[in-house]
Amino acid sequence: MSLRIVVLAKQVPDTRNVGKDAMTPEGTVNRAALPAIFNPEDLNALEQALRIKEHQPDVEVGVLTMGPPRAGEIIREGLYRGADTGWLLTDRLFAGADTLATSYALSAAIKKIGNVDLVIGGRQAIDGDTAQVGPQVAQKLGLNQVTYAEEIIKVEDGRATIRRMIDGGVEVVEAPLPLVVTVNGSAAECRPQNAKLVMKYKHAACPLEVSDDDPRRALREERPYLVLNQWSVADVDGDPAQCGMSGSPTKVKEVQSIAFQAKESKSLSASDADLNGLIVELLNDKIIG
Amino acid sequence: MNNVFVYIEIEGAEVREVSQELLTKGRKLANQLGVELHAVVIGTGIRGKVEEQVLPYGVDKLLVFDGEGLFPYTSSPHTDIVVNLFREEQPQICLMGATVIGRDLGPRVSSSLTSGLTADCTQLEIGPYEDKKSGRVYENLLYQIRPAFGGNIVATIVNPDHRPQMATVRSGVMQKALYEGECRKEVVYPEVGRYVGPEAFVVRVLDHHVEAARHNLKGAPIVVAGGYGVGSKEGFDQLFELAKVLHGEVGGSRAAVDAGWIDNDRQIGQTGITVHPKVYIACGISGQIQHIAGMQDSGIIISINTDPDAPINKIADYVITGSVDEVVPKLIKYYRQNSK
Repeated sequence: MSLRIVVLAKQVPDTRNVGKDAMTPEGTVNRAALPAIFNPEDLNALEQALRIKEHQPDVEVGVLTMGPPRAGEIIREGLYRGADTGWLLTDRLFAGADTLATSYALSAAIKKIGNVDLVIGGRQAIDGDTAQVGPQVAQKLGLNQVTYAEEIIKVEDGRATIRRMIDGGVEVVEAPLPLVVTVNGSAAECRPQNAKLVMKYKHAACPLEVSDDDPRRALREERPYLVLNQWSVADVDGDPAQCGMSGSPTKVKEVQSIAFQAKESKSLSASDADLNGLIVELLNDKIIG
Repeated sequence: MNNVFVYIEIEGAEVREVSQELLTKGRKLANQLGVELHAVVIGTGIRGKVEEQVLPYGVDKLLVFDGEGLFPYTSSPHTDIVVNLFREEQPQICLMGATVIGRDLGPRVSSSLTSGLTADCTQLEIGPYEDKKSGRVYENLLYQIRPAFGGNIVATIVNPDHRPQMATVRSGVMQKALYEGECRKEVVYPEVGRYVGPEAFVVRVLDHHVEAARHNLKGAPIVVAGGYGVGSKEGFDQLFELAKVLHGEVGGSRAAVDAGWIDNDRQIGQTGITVHPKVYIACGISGQIQHIAGMQDSGIIISINTDPDAPINKIADYVITGSVDEVVPKLIKYYRQNSK
């Protein structure tokens, strides 16, 4: 049985290193100002897809991402780790999308790819932490979903058996394909980049990433696998009204850098006298006891 | 029409605390808006078992959907029930727990109804909104307030044109309280088959295993929390020791969890647990908004940090400038000496 798997991956700003210029005045993220990485849980998702590919014949794994042209890097990184192909959804009309508009665009692309058996994505992205895109893509495609997956145990006879995390426990579920699965960060880590694949794909690029005077143009004409798929709204037969800002029901009213109500605090050193005094004070006030 | 709805989460026939917390918040919002608070609970064999766990929190109308295959939770049947119910009832607000279930169900419902959903809100308020492009002013929108972007900012989100306005809230963020005011307390048992067809029951739960919580961080009167400044997994041993002598619990910041020094079920913050202890001892925690959102309502806050300008010090009652390695053993020592 052949199997087509699409891995949803997002290029995210590394929110562990955020400066003051991280937000635009409109309240959306100023991605250009930040280092960009492969969303961690999407790597867990990619690993689950690659494991299925390892264990059965005739499995195709493709990485689907939406973002500016530089998000082509995500597809390359997927190829380096063992994916077979990838698609970059890029168009100014996609900009400013909330989770619902993002899900609409991704679902349109998945329809365009066609005959997809499994859509696997990370549970959530570190720049939003919403965990909404997976279920919303499933709903838009009319597919079942299994979220918080820790392991796709097996895929056979048109059904997937999956172990998933639930609040305070675990569950094993079985669901028919086609199916959307979101993978939790507690799942297996992604395998590293493969040196041979890095050599093979390091000059792969989406058309928008390539300038006119790029020295590798001839190489790409010779090796078509170095030209990555790049799709606009029109390419996926998308409705512009459902994309980007206009397709987003949620609006950002305001964004604040919070100034906390400063308390009058007592300053202490690490000296024995100070710390002994603190304990005595807390005990006397019956705050601890 | 136009009421506030809370989706009630259950384990077996036991209502989860987060749902009761949301009922208390939902009641306040309903009162402010002059509408009713409705609750919906979906499960198997729950009739007669869940009502008294829900009604006392100020519910005007409780809808109990009791049928085969509705517990354990699976996405499609619960989605169909909620979506079809909302098509009839046209609520203006829907609240769910930011739990595994709420974060599975919420987006699916919002996508079905093309309504906006904001995850992990830390505050919910009612207020006006002006659309700057059209100049149109909306009254009485739900402000969905949440730290965003890794906790570096706080964003207020609104859904001007789509209903219901949906939000998820984590356990412990709101406080539950029995409702003292008047409410209708009507209970109805709709026919499940009218809302969900047999084709929705395709995901089979082969095994469902829930354990009692391994710790009581949420309810602990004293919390010792460690951050990146603790430096190592071994460093956390001292924190556990301090928590033990003080009869408290240990938590960690996201950075400490990411570093693998402490289990992620002990993460305190917007994407973890929210705590309200009497005493919060922050050890080597710098104080990102996303962390502070989960502990700012603590009684006494003690910060131990080598950096006297760590952001958390601004909200601390006691600021100890020093390393965790040095200070924590001394606190243990002096507590033992003085408490006898």
